Amino acid sequence: MVNNKKAEGKEMQSFLEAFARDIRENIIDCIGSIGVGHIGGCLSIADVLAVLYGRRMRIDKSQPRLEGRDRLVCSKGHAGPAIYATLAASGYFPKEELLTLNKGGTNLPSHCDMNKTIGVDMTAGSLGQGLSCAVGMAIGSKIKDDGAYIYAIIGDGESQEGQIWEAAMLAAHKKLNNLIVFTDYNKMQIDGTVDEINSLAPLDKKWRAFGFKVQVIDGHDTLAIDNAIVKAQKSKDKPSMIILNTIKGKGVSFAEAAKVGCHSMSLSAEQCEVAKKEIRGDYND
Amino acid sequence: MIKEKLMRDVYVNFVREQILNGDKVVALEADLAKCSGMITLQKEFPDRVINVGIAEQNMASVAAGLSAYGFIPFIHSFGPFVTRRICDQLMISICYAKQNVKIIGSDPGITAELNGGTHMPLEDIGVLRSIPNIVIYEPTDNVEFEKILPQVLSYNGPVYVRMFRKIPPSVFDEEKNEEFDLFKAKVIKSGSDVTIVAAGIMVSEAIKASEILEKSNISVEVIASPTIKPIDKDTIIESVKKTGLVVTAENHNVCGGLRSAVAEVVSENYPVLLHSIGVKEKFGEVGKQAYLKNVFKMNATDIADEVIKAIEDKRKLNSSC
Repeated sequence: MVNNKKAEGKEMQSFLEAFARDIRENIIDCIGSIGVGHIGGCLSIADVLAVLYGRRMRIDKSQPRLEGRDRLVCSKGHAGPAIYATLAASGYFPKEELLTLNKGGTNLPSHCDMNKTIGVDMTAGSLGQGLSCAVGMAIGSKIKDDGAYIYAIIGDGESQEGQIWEAAMLAAHKKLNNLIVFTDYNKMQIDGTVDEINSLAPLDKKWRAFGFKVQVIDGHDTLAIDNAIVKAQKSKDKPSMIILNTIKGKGVSFAEAAKVGCHSMSLSAEQCEVAKKEIRGDYND
Repeated sequence: MIKEKLMRDVYVNFVREQILNGDKVVALEADLAKCSGMITLQKEFPDRVINVGIAEQNMASVAAGLSAYGFIPFIHSFGPFVTRRICDQLMISICYAKQNVKIIGSDPGITAELNGGTHMPLEDIGVLRSIPNIVIYEPTDNVEFEKILPQVLSYNGPVYVRMFRKIPPSVFDEEKNEEFDLFKAKVIKSGSDVTIVAAGIMVSEAIKASEILEKSNISVEVIASPTIKPIDKDTIIESVKKTGLVVTAENHNVCGGLRSAVAEVVSENYPVLLHSIGVKEKFGEVGKQAYLKNVFKMNATDIADEVIKAIEDKRKLNSSC
C-alpha cells in the first residue's frame, strides 16, 4: 500500500478502506502470533491510521527520522500493534516482523517504543504522557518553523488522567494550530464503560472549553476523517481535537461482542481465521 | 569573583550563552522562573524559554517531546517537584524514551530553608537513583558548577542537578583554574586515618571537620563526590584502601543517597566500616540553614564527632577479631 494523495472522492475512500482492512488484518496476525493482546483499542483506530499514513502525513519510509516530517504520538501506547500493523502495511518493515510481537528480543513491544521500532515517533505506555510529548513536538516545530503537523491519538479512558488536561491547556495557550489530536472515543475501559467508571461527557464541550477547535465524527468513516483533518489543518490559532466515535474491536464480531472484555483478550488461531474472513468480507479474493 | 555569585546566576548565564550561540537549548519553567532567575531570559527569548505554568508533569513530558524534536531542554522547579512529584514522567517520557533532558532541582535538602518540609528534598536522590542511566549531580560550589555545566550539556542523556539557588560555600580557588570532570570525585585533602566522602554544602563542613580532627592528630582524607550517580568508585576505593574507614556526609536522608551509593561500592570492592552524617529518617521542617544543621546534626563538629566514633568502632572491631 502506498500513499495516494491525488485520488479524490470514492476512489480515495475505496483506497483508504482497503488500507484500513490491511491494517486490521495485520493487527490480527500481529496479536494472533502471541495469542493475546490489546485487540479492542487497536481495531478501533485502524481507520484513522489508514487516513494518516495512507494520505495525510508527510512522511518518507526511506527516511523515517527525517527532520521536519509530520509525526504521530500514539499516547494510548497499548495500541502499539495497530501502529506496527500500519507501519508494516506502509513498508517500514516486513510484515513477517509483526509475528515477533512481545517475543523475547522483539522490536515490537506491547507499548510503543521509539528506540525499538522504525517509524514510531514517541515512546508511550504510561497513560497521559504522550499528549504532552506531542505538545512539546508542536512547540519544537513552531520554533523551527518547519511547517510540520503533529498528530496524537489519545484514549477516552486515558482522558481521565489529569496530565491530558495540563497538556490541553498549554497547547491552547501556545496557539498550537499544528497540533491535531484524536480521541478514540470507544466509550470502554478495562473495568467497565467510561460512563460507569468516570464519565467524560460532555467531551466535546470540555475540549472546546479548553480552547480547542473541536469536530465530532464517525471514527470509522475514512472520508469524514480525511475531511476533518483538512479542516483542522486550516485552523488559524487553535489546536484541534477530532473526537472519533468508534467501536472497540471494530470489524471483528467476537471482539465487538466482548465489549469491555476486548481491551485485552486471547486470540486463538481459529479466531484469527474467523476475524480475517470478517475483515476481508466481500472483498475476499 | 564567581564565588560571590548566586548559583542560580551561574545556571542562567550558562543557558543564556547557549541560547545566544546555538539553536539546541531551550529552558522550561513551571511558574518558578522568578525563583531560578530565568524570568529575565523568558522576556529576552520568549520562544526559547517556555513557562508551562504550575504543571510539572506536563513540563517533563513536553521537554521529552522537545528533545525528540532535536532540542536539549533544561527543566526547573523546586527539587521535590522535578523528582518525586514527576517520577513517572522522568522515568518514562525522559529516561525510558532516552531523551536528552536536563533536570534542575532547587534547593537541595535543608537549603530549602523557610519553604519547609513540603519543599525540602531529602529523598530526591533516593527516588531517582534506581532509574537506569540517569546522572545525579550536586554542585560543590560555583567554580566547579561553571566548569561542569558544559559537561552536563554535552552528556547525551538525562542529568539531574541539585542546585542551590543562593551563594554556596566556596570550596575551590577560582585562581587555580582547576579542571573538573562530571564523572570524577575529587580528593580535596589527603589523609591516612579516615576518608570523608561529601557532596554539596557538606563538602565545606567536611573540610572544617578535618581541621578540627587534625588538632587531635587524626589525619583525614576529604573527597568531594558531586556526582552521586554514577559514583566514582575508583577514587573512593583507592582512598579507603589507604584509610580503612569511611564517613559520608550528605544533605539528604542517609537512606538512598550518597551513603547508600558509597556503601554499595565499598561493600562490593573493599569492605570497610562506614559511618554517616545526614538526615536520619526524618522529614524536613522550616528553619534557616544554621538551625537545620543543628536539628539534623550536620555541622562540622557533628562530622568530627562521628569520625571519632567511627575510629573507636573500628578499633573495637579489630580488637574483637
